[in-house]
Amino acid sequence: MLLMFFQEAGRVSTALESVKHPDLSKFLVISAILFIIGIAGVLTRRNLLVIFMSIELILNAANLNFIAFSRYLQDTGRGDALAGQVFTVFIIVVAAAEAAIGLGIVIALYRNRETIWVDDIDLMKW
Amino acid sequence: MGPMGRMGRMFKYIWLVPLLPLGGAAINGIFGRWFRFSEKLIGGIAVGTVALSFLISLTAVYSYGFGGDAKWPNPYVTTQAVFTWIPGGAVKQSLGQSNESATISVANQPVSVTQPHGSLLNVQWSYQLDPLSAVFMLIVTGVGLCIFVFATGYMHGDPGFYRFFAYMGLFMFSMLVLVMGSNFVMMFVGWEGVGLCSYLLIGYYFNRDEAANASRKAFITNRVGDFGFMLAVFAVIATFGTAQYTDVVTQAISYPVETLGHWGLMSWIALGLLIGACGKSAQFPLHVWLPDAMAGPTPVSALIHAATMVTAGLYMLTRTNVIFQHSQTMMLVVALVGAFTAIFAATIGITQNDIKKVLAYSTVSQLGFMFLACGVGAFVIGIFHVMTHAFFKALMFLGAGSVIHGMHHEQDMRKMGNLKKYMPYTYWTFLAGWLAICGIIPFSGFWSKDEILWNAASTTKIPLGWLVWLIGTIAATCTAFYMTRLVAMTFWGKERFLDQHDQNAAHDWGAKKQGKHDHRAHVPHESPRSMWVPLVVLAVLATIGGFVGISTAFTGGKHVGGRMNIVNWMEPIIWKPHAEIRFGTTKGVEPPAPAEVESVAAQPGGHETGFNLAHRVEASLHSETATEWVFIIISLLVAGAGIGLGLLFYVKSPNLADVWATRLRPLYLASYNKYWIDEFYGLAITRRTMDLARAVFAFDSKVIDGGVNGSAWMTRLTSRMTGGADKYFVDGLVNAIADFVIRLMSPIVRAAQTGLTANYALVMVIGLLVAVALYFFKSF
Repeated sequence: MLLMFFQEAGRVSTALESVKHPDLSKFLVISAILFIIGIAGVLTRRNLLVIFMSIELILNAANLNFIAFSRYLQDTGRGDALAGQVFTVFIIVVAAAEAAIGLGIVIALYRNRETIWVDDIDLMKW
Repeated sequence: MGPMGRMGRMFKYIWLVPLLPLGGAAINGIFGRWFRFSEKLIGGIAVGTVALSFLISLTAVYSYGFGGDAKWPNPYVTTQAVFTWIPGGAVKQSLGQSNESATISVANQPVSVTQPHGSLLNVQWSYQLDPLSAVFMLIVTGVGLCIFVFATGYMHGDPGFYRFFAYMGLFMFSMLVLVMGSNFVMMFVGWEGVGLCSYLLIGYYFNRDEAANASRKAFITNRVGDFGFMLAVFAVIATFGTAQYTDVVTQAISYPVETLGHWGLMSWIALGLLIGACGKSAQFPLHVWLPDAMAGPTPVSALIHAATMVTAGLYMLTRTNVIFQHSQTMMLVVALVGAFTAIFAATIGITQNDIKKVLAYSTVSQLGFMFLACGVGAFVIGIFHVMTHAFFKALMFLGAGSVIHGMHHEQDMRKMGNLKKYMPYTYWTFLAGWLAICGIIPFSGFWSKDEILWNAASTTKIPLGWLVWLIGTIAATCTAFYMTRLVAMTFWGKERFLDQHDQNAAHDWGAKKQGKHDHRAHVPHESPRSMWVPLVVLAVLATIGGFVGISTAFTGGKHVGGRMNIVNWMEPIIWKPHAEIRFGTTKGVEPPAPAEVESVAAQPGGHETGFNLAHRVEASLHSETATEWVFIIISLLVAGAGIGLGLLFYVKSPNLADVWATRLRPLYLASYNKYWIDEFYGLAITRRTMDLARAVFAFDSKVIDGGVNGSAWMTRLTSRMTGGADKYFVDGLVNAIADFVIRLMSPIVRAAQTGLTANYALVMVIGLLVAVALYFFKSF
C-alpha cells in the first residue's frame, strides 16, 4: 500500500515536472514523510504528550504543503499566491490553541488518574 | 253598563277562587312550621282564604245567573283563559266523522259546528263558568267553609295543625280546578290533585299503621279508576282533536247514538270515564277505599269523603253527559252500577258499629243513588242529590266529629248512648241530617231522593227502569233503618260510656288524671262554638236546601222558581237525545222528527224499553201528577218503614237486634264483614300482586342479576385470558426476538468498542486512507 502511495506520488511529481518547477515535488515528498511519521506516531505511541507532538507533525506537514503550493503558484503566476501562507498562519494559531487545550486536558487527566498512558484510559469500553 | 257588563266584571275575578286557597295552603305549609304560626293565625289564613273564595264564587254565580236582566247569558258557557298551558301540538283527528261543518241543535238552539282535521291541540288554563261548575263551586267553597271553621275547633291542640290546613287548602285548590277547569286536561289535574290530597289527609296520622295503610289503599284504588279516566281523555283528544268541553260537546252531538248492544267509540269513551268515576266516587267494585278512608281526621271525612271529592265522579258524568247519552248501553251500566252500589253499601251500613264507618257506607250508598240518577238520564237530579247530600252528609260527618270530639276520640257506637243530654247542639242538628237522609218531607234529602226514584221508575232512557227503582227503594229503606240505628245508638238510650271508659283511660286525649280516678273527666261534653256553629248552618241548609228542586207534583207540573229551580238552572247543559232506545246492532239512530218523539213518549210502556213502571201506573191512573204522587207516597212510606223498624229494633226493644242477628246469622255475618270484598281483593289481587312481585323479584335477582354477574364474570375471564396471552405470548415473542438479537449481534458490535484511543484513531486513519484512495482511483 505504501508502495502504491509512493508510485502515485512519483507519478504526481513527474507530472508536475513538466511545468518546470523541480522543487515542488521535493517539498511534497518531505511533507508526505512528515505526515506519515505523524500518523504513525499517533497510532503507535501510548504517551499522550508524544501523540500531541505527532499531531503537530501532521499539522506542519499540511503547513508545508500550503507553503509549497503557495510559492509554486506564485512562481507560475496563477491564482492568489498569499492565500496558502495566510492559511498556514491560521493553522499555527489553531495548533497553538489546540495545544493549550490539549495540554490542559492532559494535566487534568493526570491529576485525576495519575497517568497519561492512553491504554489505561479505556472508560469508553462497553 | 249593561247587565252583561256587570256579569263580566264579577266574572273577571273567578281565577282567584282556586288560587286563594292555594295561597293560604302555601303560606301555612311553608311558613307555618318555620315561624311557629299560632293556631289562630293558621286557622285565620285557611278560613279567610276559603271564605273569600266563597264570596267571589257567590257573587260571580249570582251575577252570572241572576245579574240584572232576565236574559240568561248566551252562550251558557263562559270561559276565562288565564294562559296557554300546553301550546299547539298537532293532533291528527284519527277517528270521527268527515263532515266539515254541520248545523245542529244544542239545547234547542242552532249551533254551527266545525270539525278540526289535524288541528292544533291548544290546552288553555282557563276557567269555565256554567250552570254545572257554578253549582259545584258553591258546594265546594260553601260546604268547605263550614268544614274549615269546624276543623279549627276539631283539630285544636294537634301538633300538625299547620300541616292539616295546608293539605286542606291544597285540596280546595285541586277540587276547584277540577270543577272550574274548561277542559279535560285541567279536570285531570284537579282529579289527580284531589287524589293526592285525599292520600295525604287519610294518612294524616301517619304514625298509625291503619291510617298509613288506608291512605295507600285509597291512592292505589284510585289509580285503577284514573287509568280508565286517562284512557278516556286520550280517546276524547284523539277523537275530537280538542280537550275543551265546549268543543267536545258541540262535536259529540253530531255523532250517532249507539243503541243498546251496539258498542262503538262513544261507549268506549264512556266506559273509561265510568271507570274513572267509579274510582273517585267509590262505586262498586272500586268502593273499598272509602270506608277505610275514615282513618283520616273527621273534618277530612266530611269534606273529602262525603261532600266534595267523591262527587267528582258525578261532576264528570254530568259534564260528559253528551258522551254518555250517546251510548245507551253505558247508561244502563251506570244505572245498574249505581243501583247495585246503593243497595250493597246500604246493607253493609246496617251492621257496622263504628259511627264513621256507618256514615262512610252511607256515603257510598248515596253516591250509588246519584249514579243511578245519571244512569236513568236524570243528570240534573243527580247533581241535585250531590248538593243535598253535601249538606246533610257534611252535617252528619261533622256531627259525628263533634261526637267523637266530645267522647274523647271514641268512635264505637256501642260505647255511646244518650248523648242528647250532653251535646244538645250536636243532637238537634244531627236530627236534621237524619231526617234529610231518610227522606222525610220537607227535608232536603226527600226532594232529591224522591226525584231520583221517580225518574228511575219513569225513565225512557234505559230499559229495566222498574228494577232500578225497586233496588233504589229497598236501599232507601235500608238507609232509613241504619240511620235511625245510628241516631238511636248514639244519642238515645242508655249511657254506655261510663263503665266502658274505665278500661280505656289511656284513650283519653284530654287531661289524664293521676291518682284518684275521676269519672267526670270522661263524661262527654258539648263541642266549642267553632264546631257547632257550622253544624247549625249546615242543618239549616239540610232542612231547606231541597226546595230548589221541589217536585213538580207540588207545583202543578211545572218547574217553578225560574232559575232558582235547579232543573231550570241545569237545563242548558244537559243534552236531550232525540233517539229512542233500541236493541240491536244498528250503527245509530237518526234523530227522528219532533212529532215522532212526542208519539214515542206518549204511549206508556209501548216501545222497546220494555216494562216501564211509571207508564204502567199512569196508564191506570190517567194522570201524570197522580202517578208522581203515588211514587212520593211510596218513598215516604218506605222511609217511614225504615225509621219505624229502626225505632223498634233499637229504641223499643233493643234486644230484637241481637235476636235477628242470630236468626239471620249468615246474612248478618256477610254484612258485618262487608261481604268479604276486602278479603276477596286481598286474596285475588293483593296476594297475586305480591306473588307476581316476588316472582319478578326472583327473576330479577336470579336471571337479570345472574346475567349481569355472569357477563361480568365472562368479561373477567376473557380479560384474564387475553392478559395471559399478552403477557406470555406477545411479550414473550418480543422478548425472545430482542434476546436473540442481543445474543447474536452484541459480541460482534461490542468488539469494536475497545475503549483504546489508538484503535479509534486507527479507524479514523483507515477511513482517511480509504477516502484518499477513492479519490485517487476515481481520478485515474
